[in-house]
Amino acid sequence: MDREEGEDWEPLRARAAWADVVPIPQDDGPRPVVPIAYTDQFREVMDYFRAILAKDERSSRALELTAEVIALNSANYTVWHFRRLVLEALRSNLEEELDFIESVAENNFKNYQIWHHRRWVAQKLGVGAVSGELEFTEIVLLDDAKNYHAWSHRQWVLQELGGWEGELDFCSRLLEKDVYNNSAWNQRYFVVTKSPLIGGLQAMREHEVHYCVDAIKAAPMNESPWRYLRGLFKGDQDALAHNPLVVAACIEEIRKDASCVQALSLLVDLLCAGFRPTPSDTELLHQPVSSPADLASNVCTHLENVDAMRARYWAWRRSLLPSTTPVS
Amino acid sequence: MATLHLQKHVDYIKSLDKKSDFDSLVTEHLRMSGAYWGLTAMDLMGHLADMDANEIVAWLLKCQHDCGGFGGNHGHDPHVIYTLNAVQILALFDKLNAVDADKIASYIAGLQNEDGSFAGDEWGEIDTRFSYCAICCLSLLKRLDKIDLKKATDFVARCKNFDGGFGCTPGGESHAGQIFCCVAALAIAGALHHVDKDLLGWWLCERQVKSGGLNGRPEKLPDVCYSWWVLSSLVIMNRVHWIDKKKLEEFILDCQDSENGGISDRPDDAVDVFHTFFGVAGLSLLEYPGVKAIDPAYALPVDIVDRIFYGQENGFTDKL
Ligand SMILES: [Zn+2]
Repeated sequence: MDREEGEDWEPLRARAAWADVVPIPQDDGPRPVVPIAYTDQFREVMDYFRAILAKDERSSRALELTAEVIALNSANYTVWHFRRLVLEALRSNLEEELDFIESVAENNFKNYQIWHHRRWVAQKLGVGAVSGELEFTEIVLLDDAKNYHAWSHRQWVLQELGGWEGELDFCSRLLEKDVYNNSAWNQRYFVVTKSPLIGGLQAMREHEVHYCVDAIKAAPMNESPWRYLRGLFKGDQDALAHNPLVVAACIEEIRKDASCVQALSLLVDLLCAGFRPTPSDTELLHQPVSSPADLASNVCTHLENVDAMRARYWAWRRSLLPSTTPVS
Repeated sequence: MATLHLQKHVDYIKSLDKKSDFDSLVTEHLRMSGAYWGLTAMDLMGHLADMDANEIVAWLLKCQHDCGGFGGNHGHDPHVIYTLNAVQILALFDKLNAVDADKIASYIAGLQNEDGSFAGDEWGEIDTRFSYCAICCLSLLKRLDKIDLKKATDFVARCKNFDGGFGCTPGGESHAGQIFCCVAALAIAGALHHVDKDLLGWWLCERQVKSGGLNGRPEKLPDVCYSWWVLSSLVIMNRVHWIDKKKLEEFILDCQDSENGGISDRPDDAVDVFHTFFGVAGLSLLEYPGVKAIDPAYALPVDIVDRIFYGQENGFTDKL
């Protein structure tokens, strides 16, 4: 229960506007297993709400009462549902309803009911709601970058109502703030694959490879951009293995740090997908080798040491390699 | 070298049942889940008989609504999560015949949407967690034919991401808890072909951090509950040997309260029944001696699952 009980709260039974309503007390059953300690205010508000619900009274005082119930318990399903019925019946101004939601939602962005209600209002408002919804979710995400409800709402707005124009920039802004923000990387992939404005994964690939490589240079141990990079080439390993930017970034990171697990792991993938290393590449690990499979095998062995917790994964990767040159 | 303080954990869980302030430890509205965590942990440690089955089942039955669904406590709205937990508890006590399976099945079937997804309750929040609850529960009741299973698994498959993981809804970020729900649901439904086992297996084994513990997403802290979510998915996909099991075992044992029993999320934090269950369940998947084997998809002891599906206590086959 959200405790927002005011000192100066006037009991409903003392208000003239409610004189005609007979409150309905809760039926807790004969012997409640868990006696719940309600405050008097909570009990009275709920008793009047039950009465209004029983009468199905869709009036402006009913709307005000739902606001009182929500202030005391914003997770109550029934009250939100009834509030929508009343809003419809009264043809209320839904822009004002958005303000109401914001006043309730403060510090309460994990409550599904609030987001569900917001979606209903946005749906009713249509295209006109786009900028407001993107702004609202941005505020929430700047504060809590992993808020699942906010991401989900934002994706819904984009897909149902539009607003894709600035979305890639939005992702860039979040990643500029925190390049480790995996949720923002996920959103970036969502935009690149789903936005109707930018031509899809194929068309965006070069652009995104550039972006991703820069992010990798900034934080080589960050697993998110390395995965994103592979995602850009999903189902097209051949293009991955022959993309000069990808190859160069991978080799460069290994040269800088021969224990960079993410780079070494990508090198194994590249070699498996047909990348032909130059003679200087093959000496990366300071062991001359005679074939790409040999190099891949060496990299896996090296990974078994530098990433010891996952040694058996790397041993398994090594076992999948085409037969290598026997050690002489 | 730390060991499992089994008896202390048993005493800790028993003390929760007696304490009048149980609700302060397990929020009142999810008491059904609290009971499931505590009782399953007790069974895994071989002490289910210490609990009063009749009293618990009588309370549990009072949480059922006319629609067939269960609430998290007496007087609370029904939800698919608590409905699954109630059925799991009944399975533990071999009391599945105390309820009308068709009634529960029709409640769950009513939560399925046109696109195959499931709502958690009549108010419509959609999440792949609820797909798992529905599929797991109906399977335990042998009523999977009451839903459109193909559509259900197709929806779960639509929540698969480029990293091989799964999110709450299509487009949602991968998260280990969600991955467990999706992989286990697909396993129960016989639709594991939707899972890219090598790609996802690698993502999951990268959850192990230096301390040996597992996190739920990149850049998050390790937490004992992920010992369950990550590990069960790896076991289902037969990739559990890709992580360092010894280091994970040490991490879980480090999270024990060696004085008063119970397991916490991270070393030296306060214990709770949720992390106690997931710690014990994680150790079970790691085949820790003295802990019964748990089924990675149904999240119930293997002998219980075998009793339901094969009518005997001793497992003889790997269903997955
Ligand atoms: Zn946890």
